[in-house]
Formats: sequence, C-alpha cells, structure tokens
Amino acid sequence: MAVLELNNISKHFGAIHAVNDVSLSLEPGEVVGLMGDNGAGKSTLVKMIAGNYLPTLGSMKLDGKEIVLHRPVEARRHGIEIVHQDLALANNLTAAANVFLGREMKTGIGPFSILDYQGMYKRAGELFKDLKSETRPRDIIKQMSGGQRQAVAIARTMLSNAKVVLMDEPTAAISVRQVAEVLNHIKHLRDQGVAIVLISHRMPDVFSVGDRVIVLRRGRKVADKRIAQSSPEEVTGLITGAIEQV
Amino acid sequence: MAVTLDDTIAKRQHTWSSALFSSQTFWVLIAILVACVYLSFASKAFLTPQNVFNITRNFTFTAIIALGMTFVIITGGIDLSVGSVLCLCSMVIATTMHAGAPLYVGVIAALACGLAVGLFNGVLIAYLGFPSFVVTLGILRWTKFGRHVFAIGGNEHAANLTGIPVRPIKVAVFMISSLTAAIAGIVETGWLGAVTTNIGAGMELQVIAAAVIGGASLVGGAGTAIGALVGAALIEIIRNSLGLLGINPFWQGTVIGLAIVVAVAFERVRQLRSRD
Repeated sequence: MAVLELNNISKHFGAIHAVNDVSLSLEPGEVVGLMGDNGAGKSTLVKMIAGNYLPTLGSMKLDGKEIVLHRPVEARRHGIEIVHQDLALANNLTAAANVFLGREMKTGIGPFSILDYQGMYKRAGELFKDLKSETRPRDIIKQMSGGQRQAVAIARTMLSNAKVVLMDEPTAAISVRQVAEVLNHIKHLRDQGVAIVLISHRMPDVFSVGDRVIVLRRGRKVADKRIAQSSPEEVTGLITGAIEQV
Repeated sequence: MAVTLDDTIAKRQHTWSSALFSSQTFWVLIAILVACVYLSFASKAFLTPQNVFNITRNFTFTAIIALGMTFVIITGGIDLSVGSVLCLCSMVIATTMHAGAPLYVGVIAALACGLAVGLFNGVLIAYLGFPSFVVTLGILRWTKFGRHVFAIGGNEHAANLTGIPVRPIKVAVFMISSLTAAIAGIVETGWLGAVTTNIGAGMELQVIAAAVIGGASLVGGAGTAIGALVGAALIEIIRNSLGLLGINPFWQGTVIGLAIVVAVAFERVRQLRSRD
C-alpha cells in the first residue's frame, strides 16, 4: 500500500499556477527521483508535502488517511522529514548534538534533568552504523567532510522513524567521491523501508539510486516512469519539453 | 586486526591532553600563573594577604557578570547594558535599605530590578542563596537550554528549522546577563557600603573582555563558564599589578586590549589549524 498519496494537488500564487493537478504515490522503501528545470514546481510540490504550503486544491493521504498539514512541525509529527539543501547543521556542535538538535535526550526528572551525553553518543553511533558511514558522534561538524555532514542530516531523519524523507539536492555541493558516499546513505535509508523523494538536477544520481522518476514541467507532471524503462536522454527531453509527455 | 565500522564510530578524535592543550581557558590559566610568579618577585606588595584579598574581591564583580555575558556572546549577541544594570540594581538596594528596609528586602528588590530589565532562572538562583556560579556552570553544558544557546550561535537558521524556540532563548540570555549584573550590583554595594551614579560605568567592556579572553567567540557559537571566570581573573591581575608596579593607570586599557588581541589571535590560529 502507498505510504503517501497526492491526489490532484495544485498550488496557485495569485495568477501563477506553480503546481497544477499533480497526482503521485510513494511506496515504502522506494526512491523516487523528482526532476525538472528551475521553476518547474519541484520545490513548491515538496514544500506542500513538508507542510510549508497548504495546497490550493487537492488532497494528501498518509497510510490511507487524509492529512492536512498547516505547519512543518505537523508534517514531522506524521513522519515526513526533510533534508534541507544547506543541511541545517550547527557547525560548532558535535555530530551527535546535531542529530538530536531540538529533540535532545535527557536523563533525570522534571526540572532537574540534564543532557544524556552518553545516550546520545550511543544512539547517534548506531544510526551512523546503519548508514554504513564512518562518522564519529563526538566530532565537530566544522571538521567533517561533505559526505559525513549529509550522514548527520540523514541520521536526523532516522531518529524519528520517518516514513517519508524528502531530500533537496543532497549531492549538489560535494565532491565526486562523496557523491558515492551520499548515494550509499540513500540506499541504506531505503533499505529500512523509508520512502524517499530525491530532488536532483543530476541525472546520474537519479539513475543510480532511483526506482522511479517523476518529471515536472511548468507545474505539471509530464512523466512518472520506472527507471528501468526510461533513459537519461528521454528524461532530458521531458525536462526541456523536447518530448511533450509520456 | 581489521578496523571495523564500530571502532571508527567509537573512536574519539581528541584525547584528554590534546583537548586541554587546545583549550583557550587552559592557556589563560597558565598566563595567570606565570604573571603571579613574576609579580611576586617584581613587587613586594603583590603576595600580601591584603592584596590577594583585594584581587579576589575585585575579580568577583567582573566574573559574576562575565558568566551571564558568556550566554549572550555564545548566541552571537552582546549585552552592553550590564554596567548600567549593575548601577541601577546597586541604586535599588541602597535606596531600599536607606529607607529603612532590612538587607534581604533590598537584595530582593535589586534582583527583581535585574529581572525587570532582563527575567529567567532568577528565582532559582537568588532564593537558593547565590549558587549562581554552580548553576551557570551547569546550565551551559548540561541542559537542553545550554545546547540550544550554542546551536543558535553556530547556525541560527538551522536552529529555527529544527524547531528550537530561537527568539525566546535570545530573550532569556539577555535576562541571564542582566540578572548576573544585578547579583554583582548587590555584592558590590555590600562591599562599598555606598553607591554612586557612576558605579559600573565602563564595566560592560571589561566583562566582554573577560568572556572573550576566556574563549567566548564574538561571532557566536563558542564559550564556557569556566573560561569567563578565568578571563575575569586575568584582567583583575593585570589591573592590580599595573598599580603595584607603579605604572600609569592609563596603560591599563592598553594591556587589557593586548590580552584581548592575543585571545582573538589564539582563536584564529586554532581555526586555521582545524581547517587543515
């Protein structure tokens, strides 16, 4: 059964129809590449799923139940997490501190409780292990590689047993070697049964980890195909408009 | 033996000794010790009980406020009101007691005044009888609040996105700063037995200097409570010794300024090294 379903979703900003009548569904443990040129409506669509925007028209279902998301915190409560393009990490804190940022583990009772350093180091270590990442919980973010930083941002989504993870251009600003590392993280996250939406401009990334590719052009969904049945050439054509629709 | 993923994840990058040597507080402490040894030879008056009492008492005022100021500085802010808050709270306690109120009424009035300028944790600290050092020491490192203070200084945007109440915390750190100024005002009034309108004037810069020398970074995201205390101690020793050595007090600003420059340079060097 689909974990997330979007039915005829539209978002209008005045006369501008940023997203127009888009329907899609996500299965657990599936990686869907969301592609499209700048202004195609990718980020508007993702922002509706993440609770930043309320759709003008259409409905959303999570695990078969209809949901309306007014704020990002509500999306998070439903198990929809987002990995922001800039990762939203505090450079002066440790990897573990960032994984638990805003959701710190505590020990003790009521007003006398203190941070549970050991517990957080241990749990963060387990999450990095699940991601097969050589990230040390005690290291400061400032000293870490781009790939390790991604691991921290992804581990943060695993903390809450997310059902859906939206990843915004995770490979845009890192070195070639680290791209492979991040793609591996995505695979390991998928293996835990999480549905992943991968927003990317990079064709090779989507074709190496994606199960399906969805292409948006000018606010409309013009393709929703299994990766195996598509090709980078076809997707490029769909993005630019050389191919109208499939 | 093969290195497993577990070993790598569990590995600590810094040993205790390397953490100590890269700590600014540690080096300021060394500077204090060196200065004390030198001064005990350079001036007969330095190591007398009266002078040691002098230094430790004067250090208290700067140190107490530097603790509160460190919170503000870690979030990337700066509190220039502490000198005035100290003065205001000193005035409050003096006028209340002059009107015939007992000591505890004056103390409470002054603290309430500090809280009106700045309110947080005040009741906790004041009514438990000044364990402010212990509380501040603990708050920064061991509480969720302390963690969030650091996160805001490191990346405010990230703090917002992860659901940290950024604005309330920013208000709270200024409250803490004002509260510590109120406490210092009470202590200083108790020592002087009198209050003037210029008490605390220029104090803010001395307090900021103490926090910065103790390792707080003016761009936010770094600082410790112990560092603030150690920084305050170094400043007081500089002030005290310049007087004892018969050097014109106009040089005080220069020497303290120099100490700040060295502290900031130290931080820069550390940053450059960690980038390699």
